[in-house]
Amino acid sequence: MSDTHATMGHVGGVMEASPFSIPSKKLVMWLFIISDAVTFGACLFAYGFLKNASPDWPEPFKFSPSILNVMLMTFVLVSSSLTMIIAARAAKGGDKPTALRWTFITVAGGILFALLHMREWFGLIGEGVRLFQNPWGSPMFGATFFAITGLHLTHVIGGVIALTVVALGYKRGRYNADDIEIWSLYWHFVDLVWMFVVPMVYLLNVAR
Amino acid sequence: MNTAEKTSSSLTTDIIVYIAILALSGVQIVLAYQHAEGAQLLIRMLAVAVIQAALGVTYFMHLREEQRSLRLALIPATIFVLLMMNMIWSDSFRLEHMRPLIK
Repeated sequence: MSDTHATMGHVGGVMEASPFSIPSKKLVMWLFIISDAVTFGACLFAYGFLKNASPDWPEPFKFSPSILNVMLMTFVLVSSSLTMIIAARAAKGGDKPTALRWTFITVAGGILFALLHMREWFGLIGEGVRLFQNPWGSPMFGATFFAITGLHLTHVIGGVIALTVVALGYKRGRYNADDIEIWSLYWHFVDLVWMFVVPMVYLLNVAR
Repeated sequence: MNTAEKTSSSLTTDIIVYIAILALSGVQIVLAYQHAEGAQLLIRMLAVAVIQAALGVTYFMHLREEQRSLRLALIPATIFVLLMMNMIWSDSFRLEHMRPLIK
């Protein structure tokens, strides 16, 4: 690369306005979130397609334990969103200890959610649900159930790891309040996806 | 209004939104146990979920505080793609109606 190109590239980088007046990494997170929203949307549409086309789609979720467990999971996840808001707000205000405390409370909420999710999974596996077979009806039920809830659980576990890494980095000064805020966006997104997974996967298939 | 008051009032708003989202989750549970027809139930459930998502995106994710250009860049494109996915339903109903012919 010639000196002229290098200089122009450097100057261009410095002078370029931040898109939408937000940090580039925040824009990247927003773009990731909308692409991930479409991915979850596609999964839920595929789920609806198969459920609609299968006359023997199972309705296995009893109020106790499944729906009660889902209610508890929803409470934990939505509450962890609130704790993340408090963490992001404290980070923005420069209150590092409070931000760290509430971020780790959020992480604990994510871990609790994952444990409750595993309990739900093991309960269904114990009843004989596998990827391509179950005792009740359409064999695709297990594949779609585990795929959608598994994808969501992967996001939760990924969020727990990311928040832990960012919080520890924030403590050491490697990351700043913007990073806490950006990862809070991700955490809220994971929470909002659950708002669609619960009715589509669980509540439309309650045992009567 | 000073900074502390602003923080306090917006936290109050967030707590109200948090309670509203939890309450709407409760509404979904009640809807699930009503004896509504499948499509009706699906529409009601999705309507509640969309309200929850809108509250979350607006208040928890602070999208209302971002520039309008960012909102216009993100939301219409996402809604458009999700709406386009509705094209699959005709094929899903076709499969359902063809099933009695399968030996």
